[in-house]
Amino acid sequence: MSSTTDHQPASFAFTPEYMDKAKAHVAKYPDGRQASAVMPLLDLAQRQNGGWLPRKAIEYVADMLDMPSIRALEVATFYTMYNLEPVGENLVEVCTTTPCWLRGSDDIVKACEKTLGISLGGTTPDGKFTLVEAECLGACVNAPMMQIGDDYYEDLDADSTERVLNALKRGETPKPGPQGSRRLTEPAGGPTTLLDQKGAS
Amino acid sequence: MLRDEDRIFTNLYGYQSFGLEAARKRGDWDGTKEMLEKGVDWIVSEMKESGLRGRGGAGFPTGLKWSFMPKETDGRPSYLVVNADEGEPGTCKDREIMRHDPHKLIEGCLIAGFAMNAVAAYIYIRGEFYREAEALQTAIDEAYDAGLIGRNACGSGYDFDVYVHRGMGAYICGEETALIESLEGKKGQPRLKPPFPANVGVWGCPTTVNNVESIAVAPTILRRGSGWFAGIGRPNNTGTKLFCISGHVNNPCNVEEEMGIPLKELLEKHAGGVRGGWDNLLAVIPGGSSVPVLPKSICDTVLMDFDSLKEVQSGLGTAAVIVMDKSTDIVKAIARLSKFYKHESCGQCTPCREGTGWMWRVMERLVVGEAEKQEIDMLLEVSKQIEGHTICALGDAAAWPVQGLIRHFRPEIERRIEANTGSRAA
Amino acid sequence: MPTLTVDGKEVTVEPGATVLQACEEAGAEIPRFCYHERLSIAGNCRMCLVEMEKAPKPVASCAMPAGDGMVIHTNTETVKKAREGVMEFLLINHPLDCPICDQGGECDLQDQAMAYGRGSSRFDENKRAVEEKYMGPLVKTVMTRCIHCMRCVRFSSEIAGVDDMGAVGRGEDTEITTYLEKAIASELSGNVIDLCPVGALTSKPYAFTARSWELRKTETVDVHDAVGSNIRVDTRGREVMRVLPRLNEDVNEEWLSDKGRFSYDGLKRQRLDRPYVRTNGKLAPATWDEAFAAIAGKLAGLDGSKIGAIAGDLACTESMKAAKDLMTALGSTNMDCRQDGAALDPSCRASYLFNTTIAGIEEADACLLIGTNPRHEAALINARLRKRWLAGGFPIASVGPDADLTYKVDHLGDGTETLSQLASGHHPFIETLKNAERPMLIVGQGALARTDGAAVLAAARKIAEDTGMIADGWNGFNVLHTAAARVGGLDIGFVPGEGGKGTNAILEGAAGGGIDVVWLLGADEIDTGRLGDAFVIYLGSHGDAGAHRADVILPGAAYTEKNATWVNTEGRVQMGYRAAFPPGDAREDWTIVRALSAAVGHTLPYDSLPQLRAAMAQDAAHLADADVIATGNWGTFGLSGDMAAEPFVSPVSDYYMTNPICRASATMAQCSAEIGDHSEKATGTDG
Repeated sequence: MSSTTDHQPASFAFTPEYMDKAKAHVAKYPDGRQASAVMPLLDLAQRQNGGWLPRKAIEYVADMLDMPSIRALEVATFYTMYNLEPVGENLVEVCTTTPCWLRGSDDIVKACEKTLGISLGGTTPDGKFTLVEAECLGACVNAPMMQIGDDYYEDLDADSTERVLNALKRGETPKPGPQGSRRLTEPAGGPTTLLDQKGAS
Repeated sequence: MLRDEDRIFTNLYGYQSFGLEAARKRGDWDGTKEMLEKGVDWIVSEMKESGLRGRGGAGFPTGLKWSFMPKETDGRPSYLVVNADEGEPGTCKDREIMRHDPHKLIEGCLIAGFAMNAVAAYIYIRGEFYREAEALQTAIDEAYDAGLIGRNACGSGYDFDVYVHRGMGAYICGEETALIESLEGKKGQPRLKPPFPANVGVWGCPTTVNNVESIAVAPTILRRGSGWFAGIGRPNNTGTKLFCISGHVNNPCNVEEEMGIPLKELLEKHAGGVRGGWDNLLAVIPGGSSVPVLPKSICDTVLMDFDSLKEVQSGLGTAAVIVMDKSTDIVKAIARLSKFYKHESCGQCTPCREGTGWMWRVMERLVVGEAEKQEIDMLLEVSKQIEGHTICALGDAAAWPVQGLIRHFRPEIERRIEANTGSRAA
Repeated sequence: MPTLTVDGKEVTVEPGATVLQACEEAGAEIPRFCYHERLSIAGNCRMCLVEMEKAPKPVASCAMPAGDGMVIHTNTETVKKAREGVMEFLLINHPLDCPICDQGGECDLQDQAMAYGRGSSRFDENKRAVEEKYMGPLVKTVMTRCIHCMRCVRFSSEIAGVDDMGAVGRGEDTEITTYLEKAIASELSGNVIDLCPVGALTSKPYAFTARSWELRKTETVDVHDAVGSNIRVDTRGREVMRVLPRLNEDVNEEWLSDKGRFSYDGLKRQRLDRPYVRTNGKLAPATWDEAFAAIAGKLAGLDGSKIGAIAGDLACTESMKAAKDLMTALGSTNMDCRQDGAALDPSCRASYLFNTTIAGIEEADACLLIGTNPRHEAALINARLRKRWLAGGFPIASVGPDADLTYKVDHLGDGTETLSQLASGHHPFIETLKNAERPMLIVGQGALARTDGAAVLAAARKIAEDTGMIADGWNGFNVLHTAAARVGGLDIGFVPGEGGKGTNAILEGAAGGGIDVVWLLGADEIDTGRLGDAFVIYLGSHGDAGAHRADVILPGAAYTEKNATWVNTEGRVQMGYRAAFPPGDAREDWTIVRALSAAVGHTLPYDSLPQLRAAMAQDAAHLADADVIATGNWGTFGLSGDMAAEPFVSPVSDYYMTNPICRASATMAQCSAEIGDHSEKATGTDG
């Protein structure tokens, strides 16, 4: 928490593009309630900074919103989606909470570790992947699943996990969503309700 | 089984576009202005008569909640806050509404906001649902462009804004006052009540926090009439409900069904039944991770609604049904939930901050039987020391799965302890 | 007024009271850790749970508003079990290091564990260890002991007004820290030590030096500013081990400024513990007789008008009274207790008091600051201003230093130009003051210790009179002193008599002729370079500026070493008590003056403290009434005249270095170096 390590940049500022986005967020909240925008602004800062949130960005955002740095730091350390240390280009988060675990998330973790050559918590030497364990990501009927960046990869097994990761390694963008044959959250083998909807697609 | 024409979420599986045009074809935004013209009292009384109970877990009557908002303003604006921080393990229904039927939610926001004289709605969506937030924002933009929300929404003369606020990874923000704190740009730590949000909510203003599903069903209820909704399900447990069926079933899925549907019917009709057949069932967590687990004997007959599940010392919660067959290491399944609660405890109040970690550590030992038998009772006591003693319900939510496990599976825990003691002795 | 039943007993409490307060009213003791009367309600420790009929589960009494008809039980089995449960949770990760913990013996957790703790632990897991956090030279941390009550965080953001502390992380990994582990930039930081219910935050200077039960406790008053904070001085033998605040709602509430709390190591350093006489240009140790003889020799035959006396900031009223009487006996009227030369008018008591009173600030509804930085000059008066400001409806404007005072201040200008606009009624803020029901202004010494001080004083008086500050039952005119000695000195008339010289004239006389002997009664803030060839007698406790220049040094007692009277800025008469004896040959100051008077042939007419105090009361009757404020009558004071263009500057440039005691303190030196000026306004991201 305390040490300012080497990789911390000496300064941070939003690019014009990110500044526009930041202002749009601030505008959502009533006058004088700009602190409400601290979460989206820290998220923007993290996105601009390659997926992690440096100290200077926390101070920059706090300053922009006229709030004490310690309050912004509290927020940045409370919410798990802020990465306070650098992460790989692809942040692979495997859900291992009970619904995913029941359907084999252990195998998915193993497949990730094997394919990427790292353990949970690790980053590949080329900086392309960071692998972490995640708590329930809210896609339980498509378990097991993992989140990579902003996308969910669902209905995984060891093979499909490996396929997704290898595609990313090759620089491709694998198709998110269920990796099996069914459509989203309908029962495998086809819906049991709303049967007329299927044809209407 | 619920008839298709009685289903509200007709694009549950996303066969159609989530966009405005398709939504209109599905009946959304139809006669919204006329509904508003019938007035606040009519809306609130229809909602009360529909019997709709909050779909976020606690089951508080929605119409009644709306009626708590101040009728006359004292100068402070009122706000509607929509709880889209879906994070209860097992639950993934609001996600479908937001990515496939966002206009139902947006129309519901307008109606609910109007009914509580709110100036705006803030939809607090969990941060991991990035794509869902994108879809929702697209739909909101469409609704603004079409004049459905914003200035003079739907030509009603009423001004109403809808905003999306993304969370950043904290289950506790699903608790309404933690959500409000988070919306204010703070750590998501629950507030003391009283004061209740209807008096002092976000930014010190009157606020009502409703679950996505509760808000999204409102327009259909008003269009089709409270009697229609109340006629589905059982008394005090009316209407339709999105169920999320996960775990050891053949076909995990989301489905909209009638409240009070027998658990067994729900699983067999829609989820292809329990893996290996009904007799291979070990246990079911019927309402998301926070409710106590039920052994097969209860699952055989129990109905899926608030009162029926309460009677068997569990709960409907979010109607997320987590199914476990006989291959399941039930102790580990619950231990993993204990880890979840320890991870998600906000750390504000003593029993939860200290107790969730303690329970998890004992649970991990129980998984491998590395314990003394009297520690089972000690664990039960620790869970009771948390339950009912915390600021918010996360303490209870952490305690109940453990209590359910001990209540129904004590012999299994003891067996492991004996086996471990035996192997140590040998 | 809600009426409740607590354990079968009916109580009626004020509207807005909590169930906890109702329980206390009914005589039921409620254990608590997070709850504190002066902080916002956190409700997080859960120790104060009680049973409330019709409630499904126990309620946190600290957070539950008392309602009419509530039926509360505090002594049921359910309540007992709930508290025992909470206590067990608090203890599972708390280290068993009471024997080496400075909080031991005065620890809330230790005490309450006696009532609610189990005999032994059934927590079989590893205990949590938390890294220490650096919080500066004053506050020591042992964060493994922290029970996350958040009192320190709430104190710093609410009372101290510096958002330096916070709780990062979440769940069981929540940790209290300052941003980037910087020192807490507040002059009230030490109060978090008192607030911490466990040994997580303790006093760094006091660490491992004593056990609370072996200390002798003396109740007295602080002299590091003119607030007159009530303190307790804890000693072992003749050594001051620590200083703590005492509760006085009218003065310091239960707080103490860091200077008052932590400068005590300065009592051991640079002490004058024997008389000295300068021979052949060098100060040499001497006996009392030799020192007195040197003075007597110098004074022999000298006309009284060639002698001047200046009293310093820490002088007690008794020593000034005795010195004044001796000067009078010597035929001199050249004396002054205003070593800064402030244009205070001793003839009108209301003109030099903080008439609104400190507690009275809470009644005011608008405030003008003139030439003062109250945060540095009187940290606890500043805290009171902040408290009033937090309550709302309290516009504050300032003329003078533009500092971060921890509340919003409308900075109108730097100096006399703005003041003139205000005095002539041409400034819009005058309307704010006029429209207020109880407006107040505070004039600092930075506005008065100038050549145009009398004109500034007159302008301030005019503003007060024009805006309704002087009314029946309300006096909004306030002078903020920085010196504990000042009001007492003015009260007993340690000021130039008929034809006498004041500080400036004495110094001018010393440098340019007319003054041959200057007696410094602990006066160290003067420019000693202006003393010329004068023969300088220094009576005081520390080897500071005055002693270095002295020809004879008479070693006196520090404030903790004498029974003495001080009058605070409000005019409140307060008694200090001896907690330890002065070092070596040093003596209580008035006895030195008494002995000297005999040596120079003008024996003073009192042999005991009561006799001296009786004489003091003849000069100023109110000095006999300790702990009360005698209000002064309003009058005409100040002199209309031109004012200089220079901006007002606070007399306190370094909060930690304002008098000989703190200049001798290593702790204060460290604070000065590390924390420095915390009221300097932040510019941009200085992270």
